[in-house]
Amino acid sequence: MSQPAPLPLVESLLDAPLPVSGIAWLDAARQQNREAFAAGGLPDTRVEAWKYTALRALAQRRFAHGDAAAATRAVDASTFALPGVEGPRLVFVNGVFRADLSAVGALPAGLTLQPLSHALRGDAEPLRFVLARPALIGDVREAGDAFARVNAASAADGVVLRVAANVKVAAPVQLVFVGAAAEVELAWHLRNVIELGEGAELSLVEQHVSGDGPAQLATLVSDIEVRKGARLHHTLLQSVAVGTNLIRRSSVRLHARAHAMLHVLELGGALVRHDLRAELIGDGARFDTRGVFMPHGRQHIDTQLAIRHQALNTASTSNWRGVANDRARGVFRGAIVVAPGADGSDASLSNKNLLLSPGAEIDTKPELEIYADEVKAAHGATVGQLDERSLFYLRSRGIPLAEARALLTAAFCRAVLDDLPNETLREHLSAMLVAQLPA
Amino acid sequence: MNMLKIENLHARVEGREILKGLSLSVNAGEVHAIMGPNGAGKSTLGNVLSGRDDYEVTAGRVTYNGIDLLALEPEARAAAGVFLAFQYPVEIPGVNNTYFLRAAFNAQRKARGEKELDSMQFLKLVREKLKVMQISDELLHRAVNEGFSGGEKKRNEIFQMAVLEPQLAILDETDSGLDIDALKHVADGVNALRSPDRAFLMITHYQRLLDYVVPDFVHVLADGRIVESGDKSLALKLEEHGYAGLGEGAPA
Repeated sequence: MSQPAPLPLVESLLDAPLPVSGIAWLDAARQQNREAFAAGGLPDTRVEAWKYTALRALAQRRFAHGDAAAATRAVDASTFALPGVEGPRLVFVNGVFRADLSAVGALPAGLTLQPLSHALRGDAEPLRFVLARPALIGDVREAGDAFARVNAASAADGVVLRVAANVKVAAPVQLVFVGAAAEVELAWHLRNVIELGEGAELSLVEQHVSGDGPAQLATLVSDIEVRKGARLHHTLLQSVAVGTNLIRRSSVRLHARAHAMLHVLELGGALVRHDLRAELIGDGARFDTRGVFMPHGRQHIDTQLAIRHQALNTASTSNWRGVANDRARGVFRGAIVVAPGADGSDASLSNKNLLLSPGAEIDTKPELEIYADEVKAAHGATVGQLDERSLFYLRSRGIPLAEARALLTAAFCRAVLDDLPNETLREHLSAMLVAQLPA
Repeated sequence: MNMLKIENLHARVEGREILKGLSLSVNAGEVHAIMGPNGAGKSTLGNVLSGRDDYEVTAGRVTYNGIDLLALEPEARAAAGVFLAFQYPVEIPGVNNTYFLRAAFNAQRKARGEKELDSMQFLKLVREKLKVMQISDELLHRAVNEGFSGGEKKRNEIFQMAVLEPQLAILDETDSGLDIDALKHVADGVNALRSPDRAFLMITHYQRLLDYVVPDFVHVLADGRIVESGDKSLALKLEEHGYAGLGEGAPA
């Protein structure tokens, strides 16, 4: 039996030299993940989590590993400036930390914010638990975790952010991931580790931007630990260029009475994927997500939300909106599991979608599995067009059809920003949504 | 020249003929009441004049200030000065009432080649209109009609009319569902907007609105046509005798 020829993407990712840390357990973990990726390969659409996101086209491409000029590429700071967000900042360009663009002077007491590459030079042991996680290398035949394995093997840098117990960080912390146009098509990878200590509070803004130019493939894996009674407000703004393929996994663990609220705007990219996983492992933990994805042109934006209620009286709410235009495709999967013993949990999930053109497609799949008692759960998903009665009402007042459509679409999306606490930021993001709409 | 001239108008909705040869002329400064039983075609008339999609005009014509009204898109009719106060105003969550009204106001001005107002100028105008209409500015901060009571919705329609200052205002059962206090408020608003340059077409099922907004003409619409026309005494006659036995005074 002959082996099929290796896919160009897999080949180019396997060709990349592994980063060397000199830390035995880390180098071993990287090697193991590399081997797991080589053995498992890429998932195809028979893998449930990749059913609506085919990698066929991407798999035919090659990406050069890393960018030797990343440290000196000119990046205009206005591309990531956000009103209402003027605090500590870490900036990475093509996977490389840029001290010149970052703002880490005079950090408030109790806040640790540094690139992973620096953290590993100090005491790397506290990072061992997350960076050498065996789950990704367990069953090599399972291809679903392919990009997480690539990331675990190849990411040499990323964010290390810690808030000490009971510290409330006042100013929002900004994490910026820039893809700067290079001479060739590039792949780069970043690994982020974020932890809020017991009773800590943090507002976090995560941004993904990129410039026009040769295509890129970026993978980012983030682990977010929210300890007992801690509170996290996390805003994720993705507005990369149409040539950027962006594959991310964010895993959030919530301890007792911890609360995380996440607002997500997915506006750009070529093939964009976000696996967002939350585990509510402590009694009374709460997880709220609000998100909007707006693919247009030939973009493909896929969000896989998975929430596990594993403790008593945990709560989650998820409110997501999708708007697809032209020949774009949106994918949303919202899977909620209430595990045995998570009695008294309360989970709700809603995903409403608008199709603005006959060539656009949105696939949405809410899933609910309940194995506990006294659970309140609600979920629903819709795909539709703009309401004709509302359109006529606006037109009858003199608002032209195109403007009326834009106004209704913006209102449809803005609902997810309603409870964003930073008002200046909320106004700005709302304006970004409007700017994204077809004229 | 009549401001509005409807000639032999036939219209169908969902394949069913509702208007069957309706003719009517309206001049500037006049208030016309259109009365009639349920299903006579009253709301269809308002919807056809404002350009709603689902209504198909199969015969006849409508001339507004000398132009063919039916050839215009709904937004162009609005810019030309036609306003429909909806029987069932639509709730639009997420769109702020003031923002909506300014978008409409400026879109109309732009279409007419006039200068648009900035938000400060517009707010000043809105405050003046609020005073005239005796409406609380709390209404402005809410989403369009969302969670409004029936009375608030109707008053919001009249308020929009006050801001947009149409030449031809069509009120589609604006009185329905209102208690007597709300009815008086709405009527006061309409009366405040009466002027020699403006005409009103008040579509109503009941006579009671006409106690507060006194019409110059009353028409009875039955089975898709105007079957009787007269002055305000006709409304009183209808109140007394009902819509039965209509048609004796019908125009040929």
